[in-house]
Amino acid sequence: MMASTYGYFPGCSARGTGVAYEESLLTLFRLLNLSLDELKDWNCCGATSYMSIDEGSAFLLSARNLSRARQAGHRELVTPCSACYLVLRKTQDYAARYPEIAKSVGDSLVAANLPPLDSVTVRHPMEVLYNDVGLERIKSKVVRHWRGGRVACYYGCQLVRPFAEADRPHDPTRMDELLQAVGVPTIDYSLKTKCCGGSLTGTIHEVGVRLNYILLKEAARKGAEAIVTICPLCQYNLDAYQGEIRKHAGEPLDMPVFFFTQILGWALGGDARSLGLGRAISGRRSIEEWFSKHAEEVESYV
Amino acid sequence: MSKANGDIRIGVYVCHCGTNISAVVDVKSLAAYGATLPNVVVSREYKYLCSDPGQDLIRQDIAERKLNRVVVASCSPHLHEQTFRNALATGGLNPFFLQMVNIREQDSWVTEDKQAATRKARDLVRAAARRVAWNESLERDRIPIHPAVMVVGGGIAGIHAALTLANSGKHVYLVEREPTIGGHMAQFDKTFPTLDCAACILTPKMSAVKSHKNITLWTYSEVTQVDGYVGNFKVKVRRWPRYIKEDLCSGCLECLKACVYKEAKFPDDFNVGLAKRKPIYISFPQAVPQVPVIDPETCIQFKSGKCKKTCIDACGERHAISLQMEEKTEEVEVGNIILATGSQPFDARRIPYYGYGVYPNVYTALEVERLVNASGPTAGEVVLRDGRTPKTVGIVHCVGSRDENTNRWCSRVCCMYSLKLAHLIKEHTGADIFNFYIDIRTPGKGFEEFYQKLLNERVHFVRGRVAEVTDWALDPTEEDKLVIRVEDTLAGIVRRIPVDMVVLATGLEPQADAEQVRRLFNISCASGGFFLERHPKLAPVSTFTDGIFLAGCCQGPKDIPDTVAQAGAAAAEALALIDAGFVETEPNAAYVMEEVCSGCKTCVAMCPFTAIEFLQEERKARINQAKCKGCGTCVAACPSGSIYQHLFEDRQIFEEIEGILTNA
Amino acid sequence: MPETFEPKIVAFFCNWCTYLAADLAGTSRIKYAPNTRVVRVMCSGRVDPQFILDAFAKGADGVLIGGCHPGDCHYQEGNYKALRRFVLLKRLVKQMGIEEARLRLEWISAAEGERVKTVVNDMVEKLRVLGPRVPVRQKEVA
Repeated sequence: MMASTYGYFPGCSARGTGVAYEESLLTLFRLLNLSLDELKDWNCCGATSYMSIDEGSAFLLSARNLSRARQAGHRELVTPCSACYLVLRKTQDYAARYPEIAKSVGDSLVAANLPPLDSVTVRHPMEVLYNDVGLERIKSKVVRHWRGGRVACYYGCQLVRPFAEADRPHDPTRMDELLQAVGVPTIDYSLKTKCCGGSLTGTIHEVGVRLNYILLKEAARKGAEAIVTICPLCQYNLDAYQGEIRKHAGEPLDMPVFFFTQILGWALGGDARSLGLGRAISGRRSIEEWFSKHAEEVESYV
Repeated sequence: MSKANGDIRIGVYVCHCGTNISAVVDVKSLAAYGATLPNVVVSREYKYLCSDPGQDLIRQDIAERKLNRVVVASCSPHLHEQTFRNALATGGLNPFFLQMVNIREQDSWVTEDKQAATRKARDLVRAAARRVAWNESLERDRIPIHPAVMVVGGGIAGIHAALTLANSGKHVYLVEREPTIGGHMAQFDKTFPTLDCAACILTPKMSAVKSHKNITLWTYSEVTQVDGYVGNFKVKVRRWPRYIKEDLCSGCLECLKACVYKEAKFPDDFNVGLAKRKPIYISFPQAVPQVPVIDPETCIQFKSGKCKKTCIDACGERHAISLQMEEKTEEVEVGNIILATGSQPFDARRIPYYGYGVYPNVYTALEVERLVNASGPTAGEVVLRDGRTPKTVGIVHCVGSRDENTNRWCSRVCCMYSLKLAHLIKEHTGADIFNFYIDIRTPGKGFEEFYQKLLNERVHFVRGRVAEVTDWALDPTEEDKLVIRVEDTLAGIVRRIPVDMVVLATGLEPQADAEQVRRLFNISCASGGFFLERHPKLAPVSTFTDGIFLAGCCQGPKDIPDTVAQAGAAAAEALALIDAGFVETEPNAAYVMEEVCSGCKTCVAMCPFTAIEFLQEERKARINQAKCKGCGTCVAACPSGSIYQHLFEDRQIFEEIEGILTNA
Repeated sequence: MPETFEPKIVAFFCNWCTYLAADLAGTSRIKYAPNTRVVRVMCSGRVDPQFILDAFAKGADGVLIGGCHPGDCHYQEGNYKALRRFVLLKRLVKQMGIEEARLRLEWISAAEGERVKTVVNDMVEKLRVLGPRVPVRQKEVA
């Protein structure tokens, strides 16, 4: 059953390094007649950083957002960022399983005059498109052919583990299926759920960059011309350090890293600007080639 | 307290059980307490009551102190009730004047607080002393044992049990679900540790089964219903139609050659999907019986009605093929049943990061058994899916076993068969072999020596549980290979080992329908799903249902030597019952006090064994003492309280309750 | 009331499933609260409601009946009969002023040694909160 208005929790990256994600997400949802109602006065979810410093308080941050969603009357809360998705889900899960956490969260919400945690379903755009819209409907709305090569669908780790509602933990395929439905061929990417390093690129830099190097190199080796992701930090990590990798590893890497909403949005007719296509750091030439060359092509694709 | 059955003289005996009981329960004070209870004339404690001297103690007291009731506070009655009953009997007292108190399994072993444990023991001993005063003298009934035996499952376990029984002159019905007997052992190439050819040692036994005058072999058949009880089971067996008459078929296999399918197209189960078969097929050339089967799901004649039926032509004058054959149900009477239904291999797809079903060159151990086998799909050549010979092979131990996410147990045979496969693959290909293990478990006779042999053959052993099998290549040497990522815990580093072929040593687990099968036979499953034995050490082949025995992997993973030993044991237990000619019942049948029976018939419909009949003229219920199994449901249900139960009388139970709750 | 009141539970365990499970808990050395006193019966179907009422009358703080899971009864259906009686008895017992938590029916199979511990410990905890059951006899004396 498809709700046409979803509660929307952007997360901090959407206004920072992941601006292109929000832009393309809103554009894509508009093209599909879905609207996202942004939560008023939402706060940072704390992501995995705060969780590892003070779990108890981190739960409160998420609880506030979930409670405000309920207050606004939303049964479903869509968040594009994998880390936000994970900590929101984790807060619900732990509050249900551990009475001490339920109590601490409950007491804080009461003190803040907020309604108690209730059934708000946390969702991710990838599975909203897959489950609520469906491959057939998306396919029927394609107006542009993809002329680029094959891409590597990279899921990262937080969306599919430990909560396996968005997709299978070891072998997720929904992003691949969504892209294939709009005519984008994908490779068999064995590293699709291997960690990109997350915050490590900021803390233990060499380790984080090495993890990204592995992901980029393998994607290239398997013949991918671009990587497509669903998480703003994954996209940033894979995108931002290719220069460094070129310098230290001597590998001629220059691979575009897209958000899946950008590719889908483009196939459904969105223009380059509203999809944030100009915001990439790496692979700019390929992006310009693909998207400028075929900006005029408008074909019906069934 | 009122006297029951005359002058009661009770002996109370408290066992230390070494220190099992005495370390927690204060046995001395317990025995002293026992002496204070009404009607108790002697109360002792002893280190091992179940031993000969322990039993002598009781017998002596019966004689000298003229005891007529005995309370033994020790281990579970499930273990030694029989022992102590015998002690009473040989001491001249009716064995049913015994009452046991469980102060070990249900007290000393489960309680930390010693005082609480001792208090619990006192309450229970007091209760038993009150109850035993109301015990009566009872005699056991004898149920005759039908001499025939049914063996369910025709693998090596079933075959050995059937031959043992048949050789001693008993008639055996051997029922097997597949079209041939042989089970998993028929799929193996060589067996550890002697590297005997499996087929060579199995096929003579299979022939012996076929030709034995005392064995009725029903293959392609399944048990559908079991009624009755030990000595008198009535079993219904459904025989699926092969569409080829067993008694007319000569086993020439011309029909297979003549089938309109020139090429085999359908997955061949015997070769674990590595080869194909036609709709008319035989599992393997030495199948017993040597009679093919037609699969109606794939045969053109069955699906469309329009086939040239070249198979029937090829059969010619023998006229063995009969497409109108229908399924048949046989019903037989047997006295004992041996379950030898085996196990199934763990499904490697449940561990997706080992790549089975994802990368073509990841195999399960059973698939590799078929590859190395000379009569397998590749005539004994160990080759990859594309025909190349592997130069490096990785064998991953413990796939599915010793794992909280899949099966917790150790499957016992995989270390040995992994060593065996390492040896065979090396012999066939000269490849570089790596075995990845957690522990090397080689406990049997000749097993450790076999491991040493492998070490001398320069097979590499890496101690570490494999994390994943991936096609991700870090450098050119890993291109087009499968990379095994593992922490080498002896060297303390994470390794990447590129190989051409990965073999997964999948564990053993219960058959998919183990739950349904065990309900059919009214036995239980243990927590892993394997059939539950009566006692893991002292009764590993019997079950809690008298007359039903277990043999082979259906009771737990084991290798061929242990399977054969257990099959022999099961056959021996069945033979013991048959030769005795009867089995003695527990005298706990219910009986009606007809004077009090009001004829309401409430009990009649309740009995699951239809042991209660209603006497129309007298308008009374009567219970058939032979059919009654002693559940006691009618006793509890009777509105007028006119049904009683030997050994579990209302009076006895009320006394027990009183003893627990009131202080003397 | 003393600080830690130790409830006394009379437990009717069926020979084939629950009694064996309790034995298994023993062989596995699983430790649990020592408050139960087991009366062995062949089948949970043997448990007469009179036993239960008698136990309460004589001062039991709780009564636990243990039988095989539905479908697994060694005698086919005895546990179903036990269930039927139990449902009716619960109502009766409530009307007599005995709290629900004091009478309990559990299906415990022979392999479930761990469950014996969870059930007994849970029941003891709940009974501790309820306090002792006043025996009818004592009232009569007054």
